[in-house]
Formats: sequence, structure tokens, C-alpha cells
Amino acid sequence: MMEYFTLFMGAVIVNNFVLTRFLGLCIFFGVSKSLSASVGMGMAVASILTVSSALAWVVYNFVLVPYDLVFLKIVVFVVLIACFVQFLEIAIKRYAPALYEMWGIYLVLIATNCVVLGVPLINASANFDFIKSVINAFGSGAGFALAIILMASLREKLQYADVPKTLEGLGIAFILAGMLALSFLGFSGMIPL
Amino acid sequence: MEHGIVQHSLIIVAIMTSLGIIFGLVLAYANKKMAIEVNPLIHVVEDVLPKGQCGACGFAGCMAYAEAVVNNPDVAPNLCIPGKAAVAKLVGDLTGKSAAEVEPRIAQVRCAGNHTKAVKSNEYHGVEDCVAANLLFGGHKSCKYGCLGLGTCVKGCPFNAMTMSEDGLPIIDPDKCTGCGKCETICPKKVIAMMPIGASVRVNCNSHDKGPVAKKACGAACIGCTLCMKECPHGAIKMDNSLAVVDAKVCMEKCNDPVCLAKCPTKAIRKAVLGVVPGNEETETVA
Repeated sequence: MMEYFTLFMGAVIVNNFVLTRFLGLCIFFGVSKSLSASVGMGMAVASILTVSSALAWVVYNFVLVPYDLVFLKIVVFVVLIACFVQFLEIAIKRYAPALYEMWGIYLVLIATNCVVLGVPLINASANFDFIKSVINAFGSGAGFALAIILMASLREKLQYADVPKTLEGLGIAFILAGMLALSFLGFSGMIPL
Repeated sequence: MEHGIVQHSLIIVAIMTSLGIIFGLVLAYANKKMAIEVNPLIHVVEDVLPKGQCGACGFAGCMAYAEAVVNNPDVAPNLCIPGKAAVAKLVGDLTGKSAAEVEPRIAQVRCAGNHTKAVKSNEYHGVEDCVAANLLFGGHKSCKYGCLGLGTCVKGCPFNAMTMSEDGLPIIDPDKCTGCGKCETICPKKVIAMMPIGASVRVNCNSHDKGPVAKKACGAACIGCTLCMKECPHGAIKMDNSLAVVDAKVCMEKCNDPVCLAKCPTKAIRKAVLGVVPGNEETETVA
């Protein structure tokens, strides 16, 4: 039990995907302008990451490993995730229109995101079992949500700050992200992956 | 050995192909099974709307309104205020609903506290934005109800109908203003209100402070003396916490000779002239 908890906390804070591994930066900067949008995005990433990692684990262990096709995992995972996200989009459009209103635009963005591809690849190379894969994926998703929500709250405050003209917009956002990353770096090494 | 490589690559091709086919079939099935029919009329209606995305109709944007007006029989076709009567009629015809009249209205700045008349309580050197200024002790004017003059409404107007005058009060171009009410919602002081076009008088003040306080803060303030209320033969003026409020409908219907204009000791009630800075009505009409 303790082992799972450490894995989860490690994925959320110590090995935070955005702030210590610098993956998924495009949505991190693109959607963190408003808090409500970033909450939606964080939730979407966390849930899709969890399910697609589970699917990827099944395909990896029951198709790729037995037939000695491990070197094809990147291609297979990309196609798998794209297919899953597409399927999910169609499904929630039909069965949960309210959720679709909230997630609609973000879902498609996620399909090509490196966090979503990165987690199954790490799970595969670390040879995690099914439960560990899912916990690691959910933790990484929660970590992403945490980072983007923190960033959005900061950027909403920043709108009323007197930023030097040259740094307005993305410039100051990058500086801010750097500082956030620096503070997260304080956790590094506490839980080795 | 050679045999093994050939066999292995065949397996790769077979597996990748079958994975592709499986994924493709799943998606094709989902697409077929879970398809939603979108009414093509929605797009026709959306084309008719002005696409200012102002939200005056009460929906998130023109697309959302088009969807609602087509799908929901209770949504009236005349909610698009910028579109005025012409769009209401078109939308009504398209959706088969009878359109009621759209009352033409225009934004009105209920403050004449320009740089010379309004007393400043502090110097503001921050972001040029009324919302930001309002966060700091309610702005830089002694009157906490007045226009801050930093132009949040000017930037927010989806139809470019507003400009900031040199006096620090916004001017509304009556030709461009569609009465969508966007400025009304974004103004942190709620100084801007919509009034019907054709109203004969307006109150150029938003201060609910008692007379002496309002007078001290601004030379153009309504001091709540109630003279206008007593003088008005039609009962169109009421007091709301030391501020005269004119019922424009009564004014428009009954009043030919607005006696309130002459009676107001601070000239807070003025003739409603469109397209001028509040407080400059008389001078501009003469010129």
C-alpha cells in the first residue's frame, strides 16, 4: 500500500511532468490564462491519461511483448491514444453534452500531447504492472492539473500587475513558470522514480 | 535465419494492420452509432445574426443563441438587440415564430464628473483599466459612484461605438451603438445604463450619496433635493437614495415640456442629446 502511495505522490509532486520534466508545455501555457478553463483542462488530462495508460498497458503486454514488437511502442501508442480520444469525443458528445461543452476543445488538443504519450512510454520502460501503471498515470495527470491550476491562478492575478511592456503576455508567463519549476525542484530526489 | 526475419516482419505487418483495422472499425462504429443530427437551420440563423458576440441576448454568443432559438420553442426571436427589428424579423421568419418589437435602446453614461468637476481623492498611476483602479480603494475619485474614465468600456465595446473624450468621460456614437449592453456589464461602477432612444431627459449622475457629500465630491452631482420629483406633472421622476431616477417610458409618452430641466439646481438633469459628453448637452446643441 505504502509503495502505491509513494508512487502516486512521486508522480504528483516530485516528478511533476510539467514543472520538473517540462513535458506538456504547450497546453500549460495555452490554456492557463483563465482558472475555469485550466480546471477543465486539468481534469480532462487526468482522466484521459488514466484510461489511455490502462489501454496502452493492455496492448503493450498482450500484443507488443509476446510478438517481440516492443520497438514499435511509440507508433502503436500514438495511434491508440488518438483513437481513444476520438472515440471519447464522439461518446461524450452523444451521452454527456454538458461535459462536452466543458471539454470539447481541449479533448482534441490532448490527443497530440506529449504528456499523454509520455506516461505510457515511461510505464512501459519501467515495467510497471497494471495497478502501478494506472496509479502512475493518474498521479501524473493530477500533477499536471495541479501545475496548470497553480499557473492559472497566478496568471489571473498577473493581469492587474504592472508588467514591463516587453515582457507582457507569454514573456512574463515563462518567467513565472520558471519560478514555479524552481520551487518544485526543491522536492527533487525525495522519491526516486 | 533469413526465414526468421521474413516471418517476423510479416508478423509486424499483420499485427499493425489488424490494430489499424480494429481502431478504424471502433471509430467507424462509434461515429455511426452515436451520431447527432445537427439542425442545418441553426447555421442559417447564425448567418443572419450580427456576430458581435456581445451576449446581449443572454446566451454565450451568437452560435449559442442560434441553437437555442431553433431548438427551444420558448426562446423568443427578438432577443438580439444589436440586430434590431430587421434581424428579429428574419430570425422570426426562419424559425416560424412571431417576433415582437425590439425596443431600440442606447448606452448612456450616467456621470458628468469630468476632470474639472469631480474631486480626486488620490492619484492613480496604475494599469489603464477601470476594474484595476476600482480594486484600489474604489478608484481615484472622491465620488465612489462616478465614471473612472480609464476606458474599460471603450476597449470592451464590440462595435467600436465608444471613444474616450478629453474630459475623461466616454462618448457614445449613436450611429454605432447597438444597445447590446456589454458596457453596462463590464463597467465596475455601473455608471453606464441602457436607455430607450427617444427619451427626452436623462440624469447625468449615479451618486447615491446624500446631498452635501455628493456636492463636495463633484460639481455635477445630483444632490437629491427632490425638486424635480415635485415639479414633474406626470410623476415620472422618483428618488432612489438621494438620486433622481427618470422613468423614460412615462417621459416619452406624456411629456412635451420637461420642466425638470429648468428646476434642477445642479443641472444634473439634462436634455437627452445623443453622441455628446454628459454635461455638454446645451453647448453642443447650440454649436
